[in-house]
Amino acid sequence: MNLINCLDVFHQISTYLDGELDEDLKRRLEGHLKGCSHCKAVFDSTRKTIELYCDGRLFPLPADVRDRLHRALRRKWAEKQK
Amino acid sequence: MSPGSVATQDREKSMGEPSPPTLAKDESALVKEAKAGNYEAFEELVNRYEKKIYRLGLNITGTPEDAEDVFQETFLKAFEHLPEFREDSRFYTWLVRIAINEGLMKLRKRRSDKLVPIQDTVDEEGAVLPQDFADWRPNPEELYARTELEEILQSSARALPPIFRTVFFLRDVEGLSTEETADLLDISVGAVKARLFRARMHLREELSKVFKRG
Repeated sequence: MNLINCLDVFHQISTYLDGELDEDLKRRLEGHLKGCSHCKAVFDSTRKTIELYCDGRLFPLPADVRDRLHRALRRKWAEKQK
Repeated sequence: MSPGSVATQDREKSMGEPSPPTLAKDESALVKEAKAGNYEAFEELVNRYEKKIYRLGLNITGTPEDAEDVFQETFLKAFEHLPEFREDSRFYTWLVRIAINEGLMKLRKRRSDKLVPIQDTVDEEGAVLPQDFADWRPNPEELYARTELEEILQSSARALPPIFRTVFFLRDVEGLSTEETADLLDISVGAVKARLFRARMHLREELSKVFKRG
């Protein structure tokens, strides 16, 4: 199995995260991550970065903002009916 | 270890939302009913996507005030222009398109120059090499209050140019495909991938300053 270096791993991390690496490259990258603490740290923290931004508990829609929209929409609807 | 299609599963889990194929069918029926004049059907569509559109507005503009404007304008325009919606894409994608335009307009107004480049040529190749190789503390989300964590995430995102941040939020947070993102932003699939890579690496680097061990 051909080895892959840290720079190559870095450039492929994003594609790997998307599950789009071909099988051979994927195996080599996973082999590298098992033995390289630096690349493993970059990989884990990149994945965690995405997870944090995807956390549905963050950035909730404020109730008053929602109410203002629904009131405005109902007003528009009523105007349309006239 | 599994590749990051795991991130998609985590997103769906954390958002508690059903998968898009199921939604698409119901969505299409609701759109037809709304177009036929059923307000409850339109309201159901709003209820379904309001949280996501608000968050998208917040992520593009970076301020709650502008996010509210984007949020309001997106749904009011959708209501007004619903008869013109051709149904050749998902209703949600159509909403996202409106929200992106509104968000970018906000950014343009805020800046003294006239354009926030979204299609302009940028250095797609040169991603910032990682500077920080430290492990993160486990579960950083549990170490901060919600508002504090939101501020950390937002300030890191604000440091990214809109061309990168918009791609990141559409792909990784809103879960749009590479092709949908390319179509919405009128850029190539390759540009989406390159910008997503840079955005992820930049955000990781920024967050490492806060979340790393020691």
